[in-house]
Amino acid sequence: MADEADTSAGWHATTGPDGEPSGATASGHGPEWLTRLGARIRPGQPGDGPLRRPLEGRLLGGVAAGIAERTGLDVSLVRAVLVVLALVTSGFVAAAYVIAWLLIPAQGADTSIATTALADKRGIALAAALASVLAAALVIASALHASWVAGLAVPLLVCAAGLVLISRNADPVERQQLREFADPAGRPSSRRRSRLLLRLAVAVLLLLGGSVALLEGHETTAALLRPLAGIVLLVGGIALAFGPWWLRIARDLVQERQARIRAEERADIAARVHDSVLQTLALIQRRAGDPHQVIHLARAQERELRSWLFDGRAPGSLDSEAATVADGVRLIQQDVEAQHGISVEAVTVGDCLLDEELAALLAAAREATVNAAKWSGADVVSVFAEVEPDSVSVFVRDRGRGFDPDAVPADRKGLAESVRARVARRGGSATVRSAPGEGTEVSLVMPRVTADRSARR
Amino acid sequence: MAGPEPGAGRGAPAAPGTPAPRVYIVDDHGMFRSGVRSELSGYVEIVGEAADVAPAISEISAALPDVVLLDVHLPSGGGQQVVAAVRAGHPEVKFLALSASDAPEDVIAVIRAGARGYVTKTISGPELLDAVRRVAAGDAVFSPRLAGFVLDAFAAGAAAELERPSFDPELDQLTGREREVLRLIARGYTYREVARELFISVKTVESHVSSVLRKLQLSSRHQLTRWAAERRLT
Repeated sequence: MADEADTSAGWHATTGPDGEPSGATASGHGPEWLTRLGARIRPGQPGDGPLRRPLEGRLLGGVAAGIAERTGLDVSLVRAVLVVLALVTSGFVAAAYVIAWLLIPAQGADTSIATTALADKRGIALAAALASVLAAALVIASALHASWVAGLAVPLLVCAAGLVLISRNADPVERQQLREFADPAGRPSSRRRSRLLLRLAVAVLLLLGGSVALLEGHETTAALLRPLAGIVLLVGGIALAFGPWWLRIARDLVQERQARIRAEERADIAARVHDSVLQTLALIQRRAGDPHQVIHLARAQERELRSWLFDGRAPGSLDSEAATVADGVRLIQQDVEAQHGISVEAVTVGDCLLDEELAALLAAAREATVNAAKWSGADVVSVFAEVEPDSVSVFVRDRGRGFDPDAVPADRKGLAESVRARVARRGGSATVRSAPGEGTEVSLVMPRVTADRSARR
Repeated sequence: MAGPEPGAGRGAPAAPGTPAPRVYIVDDHGMFRSGVRSELSGYVEIVGEAADVAPAISEISAALPDVVLLDVHLPSGGGQQVVAAVRAGHPEVKFLALSASDAPEDVIAVIRAGARGYVTKTISGPELLDAVRRVAAGDAVFSPRLAGFVLDAFAAGAAAELERPSFDPELDQLTGREREVLRLIARGYTYREVARELFISVKTVESHVSSVLRKLQLSSRHQLTRWAAERRLT
């Protein structure tokens, strides 16, 4: 392995800068058809820089695409040559492909997969376990006097072990591509479909080859049964001998995967707690001298934590648009508490989706709440919203200084008028009740027009 | 919160003629217990405190306080276990649930076990004192949030009952008046303000609230508990 990693370094070194496009001069001499053919098989110019496996335009590992890019040859041509060579050499070129996949770094990566794989003890163990399976297959083959199996087994072994290391150590992007490739229900996106076809073609080839190999030389089914029974016995024996080991490796892999998932979850929770609770605690320590600020911070944090713990809402997820009445009321509560440093008691009964009318209702409710926070002098504002089958009502109440509705000061007149206008435009109604020293209550009612009567009450 | 009348606050140490209520505190956070103790001291008589279910049950049964301030979440289980165990032998002991959680299923469970009210732990000292006095006097204490929960629970049940007739309409439905009272409480009105709004006496408001509490506790409708459990998921 160490040697291979070194070769990968050597690989870069051999590919020096290559200034002059040599293809162009060569094609100038020959007849025209040759030039055209040349242009066809070599549509691009040979790139310079080290050999890399590009992330785009790859079918499997991107080795063919990389070679094509480096030499300027047509990708399909490179692929076809590789496939033919793989067939002719009974798989050794396929093995070479996998090794190249391991050794050539992906585009934009500093190191090859092999470098990472060296540190992956479990992956190496798994590859070794696969080797034991193939060794068993070789034993069976020699028992059956099928020497050609031995020829196939070595490249197969290299491919399998290499793919195991690749699938464990490639960077996430490449792993994702591999997973997509292995996805049995490949969705019909064009790239995936070509991969699915490739996979199916290989599978059909293997099945056909296997069947032909089995049936060849056995005219009757009965004659076929004896060697088959022998194979089954051999496989059983080997599985008995190596089975527990394979099982342990598989179990270790599952455990490792679960541990990784748990670690990711913990990291996620830690990140959230850090972003919210720890930040707030730090702020509280720094502002310990300002009780008002501290209460304000603690309250906002409490709301956020509560909605995360009890409603499963991620902190900050309520920042944008609300989809339902209850969400909208919660948003008003959150914003007004944050901006005006007062406490908003919000109670919602029932819920339904927001439409334009209800959004207008909530906008009016928000205005009323902000007004109460600014002018009433109370430190608590109560918001109560009730969704009924025919209408939605919102009440905003404070116990502040209140005012005399008949002798409305200018600032309050603005509130009543604009709140009323907002809902009246949509067919709703607004009432403002207040008396000096008794606080203010704004009642808003909006009839429901949408046929969303089935919504949870 | 439901209790506080404007200006009522801490007023006199106790209403003239009535002795200070004897209060027992059950909460697993020592810091919270001492906070409540200092806020209420001088106005009520604190007869003891416990941090978990088992010691609370035995000590309350021995001390027989007027009011138990009960945390909904305790290390070895829900506060409703304490309510059920104590009230089985001593139905005269009254419970006021205190919780940091707004989760409806917690609140409904402890109310149905027999608590006379529910307030959140963020309640201010004067409001808590007022709630304790109210519960000691035999009234129910509904916070706006609890009123909202109850309206929601009975409304959800009412929709389901259009298809399947109610088992006991007396217990399974709120009267129009009770609904009005609950709505006003949910809007942040005090009992006195509710009374003035509906042109009834404060005593009548209290009896409506007590009746709602009874329905909440006795209704056999399983939707009520299911509602509480489901609401958390939506």
